[in-house]
Amino acid sequence: MMSLWEYANPVKFLRLSSKVMPWAWGVGVSCLVIGLVWGFFFTPDDYRMGSTVKIIYLHVPSALMAINAWFMMLVASLIWLIRRHHVSALAAKAAAPVGIAMTLIALITGAIWGQPMWGTWWVWDPRLTSFLILFLFYLGYLALWAGIGNPDTAADLTSILCIVGSVFAVLSRYAVNFWSQGLHQGASLSLDKEENVADVFYQPLLFSIAGFVLLFFALVLLGTRSEIQLRRARALSLRGHTK
Amino acid sequence: MSALLVRDLKLAIRAGGGFGLALAFFLIVIVLVPLGVGPEMDILSKIASGVLWLGALLACLLSLDRIFALDHEDGTLDLLVTSPLPLEAVIMTKALAHWITTGLPLVVVAPLVAVLLGLPSNGYVWLAISLLLGSPALSLIGTFGAALTLGLKRGGLLLSVLVLPLYIPTMIFGSEVARRGIEGAGVQTPLLLLAGISFGTVAVLPFASSAVLRINLR
Repeated sequence: MMSLWEYANPVKFLRLSSKVMPWAWGVGVSCLVIGLVWGFFFTPDDYRMGSTVKIIYLHVPSALMAINAWFMMLVASLIWLIRRHHVSALAAKAAAPVGIAMTLIALITGAIWGQPMWGTWWVWDPRLTSFLILFLFYLGYLALWAGIGNPDTAADLTSILCIVGSVFAVLSRYAVNFWSQGLHQGASLSLDKEENVADVFYQPLLFSIAGFVLLFFALVLLGTRSEIQLRRARALSLRGHTK
Repeated sequence: MSALLVRDLKLAIRAGGGFGLALAFFLIVIVLVPLGVGPEMDILSKIASGVLWLGALLACLLSLDRIFALDHEDGTLDLLVTSPLPLEAVIMTKALAHWITTGLPLVVVAPLVAVLLGLPSNGYVWLAISLLLGSPALSLIGTFGAALTLGLKRGGLLLSVLVLPLYIPTMIFGSEVARRGIEGAGVQTPLLLLAGISFGTVAVLPFASSAVLRINLR
């Protein structure tokens, strides 16, 4: 029987990912194009927010992926620490730059949205603050990867940092709730709630979320593949030196 | 364990150990704040508790690299790792020594320095209590960061980038205790949460730190 762990073998992973990647790119980009074009040009303006509502098609998916990328790094780090599959550690490494980019997109689109709506680019609202804190955690994680020479040591240490960091990130997320509730609205996309965003906005949003998810997936695959190949190149060059 | 603690304390207090440097740094940061913000006492007294917490955080951060660096350089750390004492206990002792030489003096000095910032009189007790409860967490989190960056050249900056985000919840709850104490609001919730963070780090982080140390020394 085939098991998921088969793809811990870099050769098998490379073979599978080279087949999957074009699909992820293709479907991801088309979803994103459909979602954004639909959202930007074929939906009505919101009665309160006017046309600024359209930034939702970038803001919500990027915010979603910023958190999910960290979660994926946490799972990949645990797999690396427990089962020692190199592909897993490299996938965590590959996810971090994408995650920090998503965090930045969410922060910047949020600021652009907040300026006309709230009259300010930035407030120390719990949601905004916790995203800024998430950004700092990504920075630390990336800095540790960059700081350590030995790749296996770096993988071990960043994995532990990711686990400990996750605990403190969650703590920070709820610690900032101590302040006033702030300007940001609550969740409006849950599956189990009566009231969500109106359908006109909801449907294109789903497309652009799917596009972001698939693009994230494709970028992480790409990053992991190039990390594997970098490792190979280094191993080959080291072998060349000793001969 | 007690022998190790006594040794660490002696090394820290004697010449070149850097004891007092953290306190001097703390004092300088606090003095710099009014110079930057302006001397209006009502503004200063409003931000005093937060600034004092921030200063304590930075003073703590500055002294972290000493926890392992010197022992790593002269090989003592390798002896400690191979000694019969569990590595977790070594780390607890190191963190305790750091807390006694940095955290505890800050708890004592902060209320004195608070006069400079015009901290409201009912804030002194809460400031001291919040620092007393929160500073163990600072030492333990810092020990974890110091273990992560052990043996790295230019590890100092990396250490700050790693440790400061981890300090965020401790600082939020700590300064919240002081602020609520000044306003006369109920301090129980942030106080309990602050204590929870400190005890939680005591319970868990030595294991993470020793895992990191083993990786770094293999």
